[in-house]
Amino acid sequence: MFENLSDRLERSFKILKGQGTITEINVAETLKEIRKALIEADVNYKVAKTFTDDVKKKALGQNVLTSLQPGQLMVKIVHDELAQLMGGSSVDINLKGSPAVILMSGLQGSGKTTFSGKLANLLKSKRGKNPLLVACDIYRPAAIEQLKVIGGQINVPVYAEEGNMNAVQIAQHAVKFAKQNNHDLVIIDTAGRLAIDEQMMNEIANIKAAIQPQEILFVVDSMTGQDAVNTAKEFNERLNFDGVILTKLDGDTRGGAALSIRSVVTKPIKFVGTGEKMDALDTFYPERMADRILGMGDIVSFVERA
Amino acid sequence: AKTKSNVFAKLSRAVAGKSKVDDEVLDNLEEVLVTSDVGIDTTLRIIDRIEKRVARDKYINTAELNAILKEEIAALLAENNKETEADFEAALTKKPYVIMVVGVNGVGKTTTIGKLAYQFKKAGKKVYLGAADTFRAAAVEQLVIWGERVGVPVVKQQMGSDPASVAFDTLTSATSNDADVVIIDTAGRLHNKVNLMNELTKIKNVMQKVVPDAPHEVLLVLDGSTGQNAFEQAKQFTKATHVTALAITKLDGTAKGGVVIGISDQFHIPVRYIGLGEKMEDLQLFDREQFVETLFEQQ
Ligand SMILES: Nc1nc2c(ncn2[C@@H]2O[C@H](COP(=O)(O)OP(=O)(O)OP(=O)(O)O)[C@@H](O)[C@H]2O)c(=O)[nH]1
Ligand SMILES: Nc1nc2c(ncn2[C@@H]2O[C@H](COP(=O)(O)OP(=O)(O)OP(=O)(O)O)[C@@H](O)[C@H]2O)c(=O)[nH]1
Ligand SMILES: [Mg+2]
Ligand SMILES: [Mg+2]
Repeated sequence: MFENLSDRLERSFKILKGQGTITEINVAETLKEIRKALIEADVNYKVAKTFTDDVKKKALGQNVLTSLQPGQLMVKIVHDELAQLMGGSSVDINLKGSPAVILMSGLQGSGKTTFSGKLANLLKSKRGKNPLLVACDIYRPAAIEQLKVIGGQINVPVYAEEGNMNAVQIAQHAVKFAKQNNHDLVIIDTAGRLAIDEQMMNEIANIKAAIQPQEILFVVDSMTGQDAVNTAKEFNERLNFDGVILTKLDGDTRGGAALSIRSVVTKPIKFVGTGEKMDALDTFYPERMADRILGMGDIVSFVERA
Repeated sequence: AKTKSNVFAKLSRAVAGKSKVDDEVLDNLEEVLVTSDVGIDTTLRIIDRIEKRVARDKYINTAELNAILKEEIAALLAENNKETEADFEAALTKKPYVIMVVGVNGVGKTTTIGKLAYQFKKAGKKVYLGAADTFRAAAVEQLVIWGERVGVPVVKQQMGSDPASVAFDTLTSATSNDADVVIIDTAGRLHNKVNLMNELTKIKNVMQKVVPDAPHEVLLVLDGSTGQNAFEQAKQFTKATHVTALAITKLDGTAKGGVVIGISDQFHIPVRYIGLGEKMEDLQLFDREQFVETLFEQQ
């Protein structure tokens, strides 16, 4: 599907080649191809449009009678713009507070429970924290059991109240328990929920209000398509979350949702998930993500050949 | 509740009294399709088909354009095999009828199995479930809870045991207990992981030692909010297991699942079920016309 990106750009660069400056007319075709490439990478339709408009503004009038080919110059402009949109340096997790409380949120199946375990594992082994995992998903079959198995794998205790159908209360009790038992970090796993599910969105908003977490993370599947903007916007409006976790990047998705989310909520992407195991997480690198979305590997090698 | 958007109205205004579809119409149409995850290639093909139809039929009033649009999109969705298993009440062609459920992580495989078991059981069929996800934390417990909820037996082994062996056991039990339908759950796996994809082929082969033509159905579950990567999922899972049908989950959200249009067309795989929630009743047989209708609805 993406293999022909280079071909397409090749076609469009032919128009640019041999021109002194980038103009409205000679750049139009290239911009169209870049927009298509972004959409195929699952960047939201409107975001892609705005993005290419911005790139055009940056590119117009640029003098290409330098060592750079016009094609190379365009690629550079696009890449820099993308990387910048993705966010500059990485932003750390806020661990202030005793205990520091981290609340997970996101759609069904995005990877919240798995990431809760990964984060507990990381902060325990790398930062010397004494975490407590909290099972606030009281709906999904065996959700509590899943968190307990994960806790067992990484040797982190799990706070759960079987049978209690009040997630807000469980979260409150868990924070109290953490204080009494010298846990300096509390990670709260919650049920997956749709942004349009009023009742469930109220629940998580109430958890937030009751325990005032230091850090609210929005966990999103990197394979998400056009809808990523709607979901991120809704969750952000309700929770004003602090950061984004992009999961399942060990797949082969371009991950354009990352760009869509960044441009609608301007919150940092803090970690990426790269597998099912407890050590499969990584900090987020904006440059790498920019390359991935555009299939930069292909483009750069093409430009080098050209 | 969903209400009809002004998309059709907008389209109609732009075409009223013209014998050619102009750029404004096409731009609107492109936006609707792309934002439903239909993808650029499929969108361009649909637009192309519409242009040809319009040029030929020399219309055109609003109603006609709407009808053409829906027809052309529906035509890309592969037809379900009517006389067989689409309808839960219908007699199954094999006994036991073996369904293997596959897909990437977290799309809704296990939940869909629970819902299917509920439907088949309600239709008076004897159902067996096999817990062949022996990898993900508490995956077996999750399926066992579904089994209890619906009231059907679940064949399982220890966590970490060989999934093919679980599938073998399940078919053996099902056969000796005269089951009508067997549904095998498998662990979520990303399609670019060769070893895990090979494992599926192995599960399939081992099942054939009990039921030679099993599985009769390989159901690929796709998350309705997934974007263009679903193409690659369909391609790789089809390669490894010969997928025969699709289920699209989580369509109770705001995502439209438009990517299945292109997938169904390219791989000739029918969409059989859609998931509309987390409860056992929240599964429907796929209805092409209705699906296309909702593509043009907004929240
Ligand atoms: N390959 C891969 N799989 C992942 C990753 N993160 C999570 N998963 C898998 O994705 C599936 C869903 O993960 P969960 O952690 O259960 O997701 P969740 O958001 O808690 O799901 P719900 O509680 O049902 O909403 C599981 O099969 C996980 O093993 C990742 O980074 N890579
Ligand atoms: N809203 C909604 N949620 C769904 C639907 N189908 C499944 N889910 C939810 O999605 C999450 C993942 O579902 P599972 O059935 O565990 O997915 P899976 O594919 O078996 O996951 P793995 O085995 O970890 O790969 C759970 O929270 C389900 O309740 C649906 O149609 N609508
Ligand atoms: Mg969970
Ligand atoms: Mg499962």
